[in-house]
Amino acid sequence: MSAQTISPSLTDNPLCSDWLTFEADGRVTLKTGKVEIGQGILTALVQIAADELDISPDRFDVISGHTALGPVEAGTSSSLSIEVSGKAIRHAASAVRKLLLTEAGTLLQAEMSNLSVVDGAVHVGGRDSSLTLSSLASSVDLGQSVMEFASPKQPGERRLVGTSMPRIDLLHKAVGEHFIQNIALPGMRHGRIVQPPSGVRRLVTFDEAALASKFPDVTIVRNGSIVGVIAETEAVVIKAIELAAKLVTWNEPEPPPKNIFGTLRALDNAPEVTADKGDVAAVTGKKISLTVTKPYIAHASIAPSCAIATWTASDKIEVLSHTQSPHGLADGLGVVFGLDGMNDITVIHKPGAGTYGHSGQDDAALDAVLLAKSVPGVPVRVLWSRADDFQSSPAGCAMVVHAEGVLGDDGRIASISMESLSQPHAQRPGRGGFAEMTNAALLDPPLPVTPVSADVPPARGGGADRNATPLYAIPNVHVQKRILQKWPVRTSALRGLGGYANLYALEGLMDELAEAAGQCPVAFRVAHLEDKRAAYLIERVAEMAGWPGPSGEGEAIGVAVSQYKNKSAYSAVAVRVRLDEEVRLLNVYAAVDSGEAVNPDGIRNQIEGSIIQAASWTLKEALAIDGDRIATDGWDAYPILKFSEIPEIEVELVDRPELPSLGVGETAVGTTGAAIGNAVKRAIGLRLLDLPLTRDAIQAAINK
Amino acid sequence: MATEIEFEVNGGRQRVKEDGATPLLLALRNNLELRGTRHGCATGNCGACAVLVEGRPVTSCNTPVEAVAGLTVETIEGFERDAVGKALLGAFMNEQAGQCGYCLAGILIRAKAFLVNTKSPSRADIAEALDDHLCRCGAHHRILTAIERAANELSGGQAA
Repeated sequence: MSAQTISPSLTDNPLCSDWLTFEADGRVTLKTGKVEIGQGILTALVQIAADELDISPDRFDVISGHTALGPVEAGTSSSLSIEVSGKAIRHAASAVRKLLLTEAGTLLQAEMSNLSVVDGAVHVGGRDSSLTLSSLASSVDLGQSVMEFASPKQPGERRLVGTSMPRIDLLHKAVGEHFIQNIALPGMRHGRIVQPPSGVRRLVTFDEAALASKFPDVTIVRNGSIVGVIAETEAVVIKAIELAAKLVTWNEPEPPPKNIFGTLRALDNAPEVTADKGDVAAVTGKKISLTVTKPYIAHASIAPSCAIATWTASDKIEVLSHTQSPHGLADGLGVVFGLDGMNDITVIHKPGAGTYGHSGQDDAALDAVLLAKSVPGVPVRVLWSRADDFQSSPAGCAMVVHAEGVLGDDGRIASISMESLSQPHAQRPGRGGFAEMTNAALLDPPLPVTPVSADVPPARGGGADRNATPLYAIPNVHVQKRILQKWPVRTSALRGLGGYANLYALEGLMDELAEAAGQCPVAFRVAHLEDKRAAYLIERVAEMAGWPGPSGEGEAIGVAVSQYKNKSAYSAVAVRVRLDEEVRLLNVYAAVDSGEAVNPDGIRNQIEGSIIQAASWTLKEALAIDGDRIATDGWDAYPILKFSEIPEIEVELVDRPELPSLGVGETAVGTTGAAIGNAVKRAIGLRLLDLPLTRDAIQAAINK
Repeated sequence: MATEIEFEVNGGRQRVKEDGATPLLLALRNNLELRGTRHGCATGNCGACAVLVEGRPVTSCNTPVEAVAGLTVETIEGFERDAVGKALLGAFMNEQAGQCGYCLAGILIRAKAFLVNTKSPSRADIAEALDDHLCRCGAHHRILTAIERAANELSGGQAA
């Protein structure tokens, strides 16, 4: 197998020393381009490396998301960290072990087959040899090819992988000062900029004198439409920027923006067809159609975006950021400041509060660098306000999804057609040589805006079309998407991308087709599934939930199943709801198959969390849009699921140690939303098509 | 206008020279360099910045520092000084109750005040007590279980 086949990260970082180094004190440094965002990835990666090396995990330190010291890897996205970085690390660690044991064999004049490793100590014939992997590493060149020496353990030989090792970082995150928002560098100053109402506005006036007279000790930074301040203390910056925001005026957007859903529905650009099988136009039978709308939603991280930047006297930039794409951010900043992202800019990941894709992290870094440029050598910290974080972060896409199915006379599905209408789902910095950061276009001179932001291609799991292709064996299938370009509300990746809305529509359609066929939704799905892993899960989750349970009378169970990106982890979800004036979640059951489970409890934690987050999107969440701008400015305007609204949750994993590990961060968001929609339909007989399913939406549907 | 404001933090006397209207959150983090208390929304809506003032949970982001003059403040840095704090933190780690962890400091603080005053709470009681705290990663289910576990341990395994 080639390096590329095993993991693209091994093509870019082919050497053992790209991934692992040994320190003189016996500690091991594991290096990864992937970053910890609360998903437990660093713990899982340490488990994989420790297992291959037979070194206790507590001897490991991790360098994560460091563009100068770590491997070059794509951003932490698309649930690929285990699949890509995990595989690379497994192979690298096995190669390191082989190189070091070969050296041990030479020194001890022992056969390789007679050597073993016990927590880093080399044993010969079961007896400690006094050599350790760490001591051997000082005389072995680890700058050798991973692929030449890799020989990972077989699944049955692994001892750490498959165990629920506790998170290596959780205690520090509970009580410590572990977050970028808590870092104070020596001599650090604080800064903020006045965020534009949207990326299409430009500054018209700014009464700089008024700001300067009220805050004489504050450094005012101006560049094009950017107005920023730097001060000694955070308290002063907050007051100064509040005043500055009142002293600027912005132009009005031309032409005035229209309603997003009307615009999406009216799209008539050439569709991109992402799946086409048989001939959907030729089938006959009972046709069922539905159209789902999903509003813009927010990452709504608990902490506002933050970054600390230093512009050195020799025109180098160092940025501490909670970005999910350190290399992408370095490249994007390189475009903005005319520097080489690889050599002039160092981005070092520091954990922030959870984000679930591309939120405001990278934009906050641009703000910090912009300000830092005017005070060379001084670290400048930018912490956005809560309102900035809602209004200036990329949003999760608003979408319209048309789903249509035809039921043949034999009671089987003859065709399914899906059309997803949306803005692009990933507009991250550094892609294609463009900055992809809103404020870059507001500078003087303005940076060119990406002419066409392509949506995520099908090879990477698709964006607007993610999970729009049915997993079911259906003879005629047509899936297409239309992408809306150049829209003032900026969008980018948010957990699951288009998969959440697509599955709400597709799995809703499956229930409607089952009803039309007079069949049980679970049995109907199984009858259309050739994929045995999916079929097992939907039957298992039905059993867990006590399917079919109550029907009508305002209480019911709904189910849904999918395979994330149609090629990653599987989930089936069953939700029991009760409807009074609003939807009350009683129980959620999930059955998950992600191949070999590296850390079962970590997977359960991710599944539970994604269920709760997706339930919150489904029942409550929508960003308010006012023309070109996001109007939502705080938690009052953006309620999320509360503790007293949390259902009982039961997650069951199907461990398949013989199959490759698959990422689980996103697999259950689409199935959770869809299962809620299906449960509501079974409870009150109404299919609700416009998300979110708020109290008002329910009442409106009942009264209609 | 900066004035001297004195209060007790985690058992030790502290003095800050600060504008009395400055939020307690900023005084703790920046003047006293106790940065474990989290900056969240700055409007008292998310609970991330909760500290105990005279044993009662308050959101430090919208509490002026002058309001705690002469009073006792407990932050997450002092959390493990008593049995309730130890039990809670142990239970959170045992349940792996958290994901990004940013909300946890405030939730732990609130949970401590709650358990000090409520013996053998039901799960629903705990959930209600936490309703002013937001968690975005969806660790709620584990957090509730962890607090139940701590409550149970503190009552010698007798809790409901």
